[in-house]
Amino acid sequence: MPITYTSGEQVEVYRFSIPVTIGVPLLALFVQAFVPLRFPRFAVYIDLPLLVTIFFAMARRSPISGLLTGAVIGLAQDMLGHNPIGIYGIAKTVVGYGASSLGVKLDVENAGARFLVTLGFYLVHAAVYFTVAHGLVNMTQTWSWPRGILAGLANAFLGVVLYFVLDKFKQRT
Amino acid sequence: MESVLGRYRNLIILVGVLFLQVLGLAMQVKRSGTDEEKTRLIRIWAVDAVTPFERALVWVQNGTGNLWHNYFYLRGVRAENRQLKDQIEQMRLEQVRLADDAAQARRLQTLLAFKEQFISRTVAAQVIGSSGSDLSRIIYIDKGENAGIKRDMAVMTADGIVGKVLLVYPSVAQVLLISDQSSGVGALLEKSRLQGVLRGTSNGEVVLERVMSDEQVSPGETVLTSGGDQIFPKGLPVGTVTKVGSGRDLFLNIRIKPAADLSKLEEVLVLVEKQERQATAEDAVRMRASDILAQRLPSVPDKPAADANAVSGASGTTGASTAAAQPKTEMKPPIGTVTKPQGLTGSVKPGTATKVGIPGSPAPVVPKTSKSASGTSPVHGTSLPEQPIKPADSPSAVQKTTGGTDVPTVEAQPDASQTNPPGVPPKPVTPSTPPQANPQPPADENKPQ
Repeated sequence: MPITYTSGEQVEVYRFSIPVTIGVPLLALFVQAFVPLRFPRFAVYIDLPLLVTIFFAMARRSPISGLLTGAVIGLAQDMLGHNPIGIYGIAKTVVGYGASSLGVKLDVENAGARFLVTLGFYLVHAAVYFTVAHGLVNMTQTWSWPRGILAGLANAFLGVVLYFVLDKFKQRT
Repeated sequence: MESVLGRYRNLIILVGVLFLQVLGLAMQVKRSGTDEEKTRLIRIWAVDAVTPFERALVWVQNGTGNLWHNYFYLRGVRAENRQLKDQIEQMRLEQVRLADDAAQARRLQTLLAFKEQFISRTVAAQVIGSSGSDLSRIIYIDKGENAGIKRDMAVMTADGIVGKVLLVYPSVAQVLLISDQSSGVGALLEKSRLQGVLRGTSNGEVVLERVMSDEQVSPGETVLTSGGDQIFPKGLPVGTVTKVGSGRDLFLNIRIKPAADLSKLEEVLVLVEKQERQATAEDAVRMRASDILAQRLPSVPDKPAADANAVSGASGTTGASTAAAQPKTEMKPPIGTVTKPQGLTGSVKPGTATKVGIPGSPAPVVPKTSKSASGTSPVHGTSLPEQPIKPADSPSAVQKTTGGTDVPTVEAQPDASQTNPPGVPPKPVTPSTPPQANPQPPADENKPQ
């Protein structure tokens, strides 16, 4: 009997096996760290750990598991960089909480909804990251709307494809 | 109360998790400067979880690539080989010209008792990963403490500098690229010698700061390390100026294109050992462009020793020991024969010719049979071919003047022809390569030392 994260009784919630729960975020981190060596623009526009966070949060529909998933993935992403640990953690915690809360109320199973949700949460993530990095850590940051929207669209497109792949690992409760 | 907690449970947990992370951030920011070391234990978990896969993937990728390129895809290799050989010839000539300049610079540095940092040992490493974020421009290399890598060591490629080692783990090290906004490198402009600080920007560009706006800086100018940061030795290539604009506070905003392609790093060199020592004139490379050209000519057969003795005996002014130590004076120097004068002094007392070079500098012991110049290059540490020292450098290497007086032939001799015995005309050296293959051979040969 696999350990699962479940919540809610009126909406359909999903669970994931332990290998998927651990392996998919780890794989996302690995790809995120490796691909920019060959395609430097990948790191500028794509945030795979964020997509994984949104997917798990929406599928589980539990704000607590969503925010914890976001926190763990974000902190792990922070550990791979050299900036203070917690910037990505805070941003992804907020996104995980928001995505799971939204998943409780909305049908996020179709591609259009997923696209919009991913685009929106990418911008939320970027805004939280910018605020924390600029306001708390005093890092020099520049906010660029065109770049943010472009990256949001890229992540949304990739997210829709990725979510359909990850749907295969869903298990009904 | 319970109902309130139950109703806002999710929100309370969210605030709690966020608060903990903000608290952690605040602690790290307070410990600025060494926070990487403080969080080392935490970071190593993520690094240990990710880097083994990266290392394995890089290994597979390289193995596959090597198999394909080394055994199957060999199209155009012969043509490329020919081209590279031509290029080597040209570069050897260029090397000699530059070595002359370097030798001169070292002699001057010796006079001024300058100390210079030399690269004495580097470790090659493979790039296996990155941070995965454009806000943290770092890479991971597959060498760590076990390979002797330590924090703040310089990392470079053959093209130019890359960054410095930020964190070291047993088998992996984290390298902060020069394009990161938290990096800083002492740099100077090659022509104008203006110094500044090289920094990265939030969007990954590299800029040179702290150059006053009333200075003239033109695009295309080369930027080198200044050595002021105590990490990078002076003179390493950094990049070229691409754009010059006005910046803040009376400083120029100079954008730099890094010499090393930071977006496609595969192998890097970590400078694990620097050596600070005073340059000596003996570090000079004893080979000239004419020598290289002479290598391609059919060589004159060596004269038998008896001939040399006969010549000495005929002159009647030197003893047998002199003749033995100076078996012959060649018209055309053999491979690697040294004909270049050493040092700046123009005269040496007879009998004191065992020391060459600058007074006060470490004097080499002569005669020498060979000299390895390995490691004497101040920047790249390239090994130069071993070259025999010409007999004229030996203690008994004397030149017969027409008056029959023994004159040491150690210093201030412009070229080999002066070491010829009287009556033996110097053999003209005819280049066997096309003129374009030799950029400035005549100037080199005639350049006063």
